Amino acid sequence: MSRSIRAAALALGLALVAAGCGGSDTASSSDGGGGAKDDGTFTAGFIYVGPKDDFGYNQAAYEGSLAMKEAVGDVELLQAENVPETAESEQVMQNMIDKGADVIFATSYGHLEFAQNVAEKNPDVIFVHQGGLEGDNQLDNVGTYFGTVYEPVYLAGIAAGATSETGKLGYVYAFPIPQTLANINAFALGAQSVNPKATVTTISTGSWCDPSVQSQAVKTLLDQDVDVITQHQDCTKTIIEATEAAGAYSVGYHADASELAPKGWITGSEWNWGPLYTDIVETVKAGEFAESDYNGDFRVGLQTGDNPFVQSAYGSMVDDETKAKIDEAKQRFVDGGSPFEGPVLDQDGKEVYAEGEQPTYAEVETMDFFVKGVVGKIG
Amino acid sequence: MIEAVLTGAVAGGTCIVFAGLGEIVAERSGVINLGTEGSMLCGALAAYAVGIETGSPWVGVVAGLVAGAVLACVHAVLVLHRGANQIAVGLVVSFLGIGVTALFGQDYVGQGVVPLETWDVPLLSKLPFLGPVLFQHDPLTYVSFLAVPALTWMIWRTRAGLVLRAAGEGPEVLEIYGTSARRVRWVALLTGGALAGVGGAQLATAATLNWSEQMTVGRGYVAVALVIFAGWQPIKLAGGAYLFAGAIALNLQLQARGWELSRYLLEALPYVTVLVVLALLSRRRIHGGPAALEKVFEG
Repeated sequence: MSRSIRAAALALGLALVAAGCGGSDTASSSDGGGGAKDDGTFTAGFIYVGPKDDFGYNQAAYEGSLAMKEAVGDVELLQAENVPETAESEQVMQNMIDKGADVIFATSYGHLEFAQNVAEKNPDVIFVHQGGLEGDNQLDNVGTYFGTVYEPVYLAGIAAGATSETGKLGYVYAFPIPQTLANINAFALGAQSVNPKATVTTISTGSWCDPSVQSQAVKTLLDQDVDVITQHQDCTKTIIEATEAAGAYSVGYHADASELAPKGWITGSEWNWGPLYTDIVETVKAGEFAESDYNGDFRVGLQTGDNPFVQSAYGSMVDDETKAKIDEAKQRFVDGGSPFEGPVLDQDGKEVYAEGEQPTYAEVETMDFFVKGVVGKIG
Repeated sequence: MIEAVLTGAVAGGTCIVFAGLGEIVAERSGVINLGTEGSMLCGALAAYAVGIETGSPWVGVVAGLVAGAVLACVHAVLVLHRGANQIAVGLVVSFLGIGVTALFGQDYVGQGVVPLETWDVPLLSKLPFLGPVLFQHDPLTYVSFLAVPALTWMIWRTRAGLVLRAAGEGPEVLEIYGTSARRVRWVALLTGGALAGVGGAQLATAATLNWSEQMTVGRGYVAVALVIFAGWQPIKLAGGAYLFAGAIALNLQLQARGWELSRYLLEALPYVTVLVVLALLSRRRIHGGPAALEKVFEG
């Protein structure tokens, strides 16, 4: 009996070690612990769902926080990685508030409801959430923000359409969520703006990161004469390297991966959160959060400036003519245009946006169709 | 398309074959090891990291083998010396592997490794159909082709196999003849972990050229399930692994060809196919397992 109890205790201990390795909250202050609430220093807390060096989403947000500190100067940072999207995150946020946080950036989609819970108990602290929509729970100290990634994706689509020799592009994605559908559609429309016959063949891997399936997805697309491959995945390396090894072209996502594809890198979309974080922190510091656009569901695109999604550097195959077309399209978005300016047809040829019509940022976030020329099925 | 699906079955199934063979060895000795997923991850990371540090993928593979076995040690100590529940410990060991590799793997995310290159078998790779399906892979894939019949032969035709089976069927008898069942199980568990480690190494340094957290995405658990459904037979296990990976390849092919099929249906395909085929093939499977499997034996 005592033997099995000891064994159970050992197992439990190991479980704790495992849990500790997998999801430890490494909250730490940039310069040795923030002060009490009203000590005059302004403190910003950031929570991330994953590690701050994941070469993707979380790293981009982390780098944004450092850029913000650089730009604002007079601000202390509290950082917490690997914060799960559970009630545990409330504890992490409350700890930050106890350490003097004045504003908290909850940077993962699933952190929203927990941020709202903590916000209700701490009306003096501002909460901003990355990617969500507030829903019915509208509080004066909560806002959400996000960029419009489909704008740079459309621009990359132009370069892809101009580069492709077969006119067949490939898109590896995880799940048919609206953000991904908007990206795929923007990519297709961008390519079709320079090659009306361009198609985008889609493959869903059913996972944000399953390298084994990714490498086979690339082979499968290449079998179908696809010669440009892009993706919406968390880990991007396998796809870019497999594409490069086959002599095909890559369009990146999340980060500049041109070094993985010295020959086939066309361009990509990457994150640059710094300017937006800076503006949010400046607004909160000035005490103007409640009146600002940030106190709500704020979507920032090229027309509102500081889009946190920017275009990556070009590969050598992108010629000046194509670059000029991309600049022209970009200017159109700055002036209020949209990649989804009508006429836009869906896969079956039915008109979704009529001539002269275009969806708002909010409408794009609920997109649920593929445009004409996309090969694949949603759901 | 059939050629592409079968090629994909071999390419995607090889890591599961290694892990499954390892699990067969462990279970034949009377111990279920659910830590296989963790051993695969340890093997994947060790092979990737050591491959980068030394510049040699083969040194990496050896490191993967060792890392898989080291994690299996944890299982062996708790199960064989503390008499702990095999299922519970196995799960914990799995999570330990996931956690440890996530922690130590951070530095290697996004780093490039020297790949274990594809090696076309002379002459055979030129065969129509069979060439690309079987003979245009990385060397570890060919090792797995040989390992399946070799393990079958070992289990049924050698003294070592007899001792292994005896440990799983009747450890008391083995002890009477003066062989320690615990020692046999130690060797079996280490071998199993090592094979899972090699499977992980193949996944990271040959199939995907990538390391990322939890990159096995449950393939270790799939291997354990396949072992039971395959009735502890290496050949059936390999068939099951290829079936699983082939269904994934078929899913991708159908999507890329624009078939109007539900994504959800296609994604369930690997699991449904394996369950259906193996359920039909092996009605006797429930009685086919080692008699002393999962029982605590106080030798």
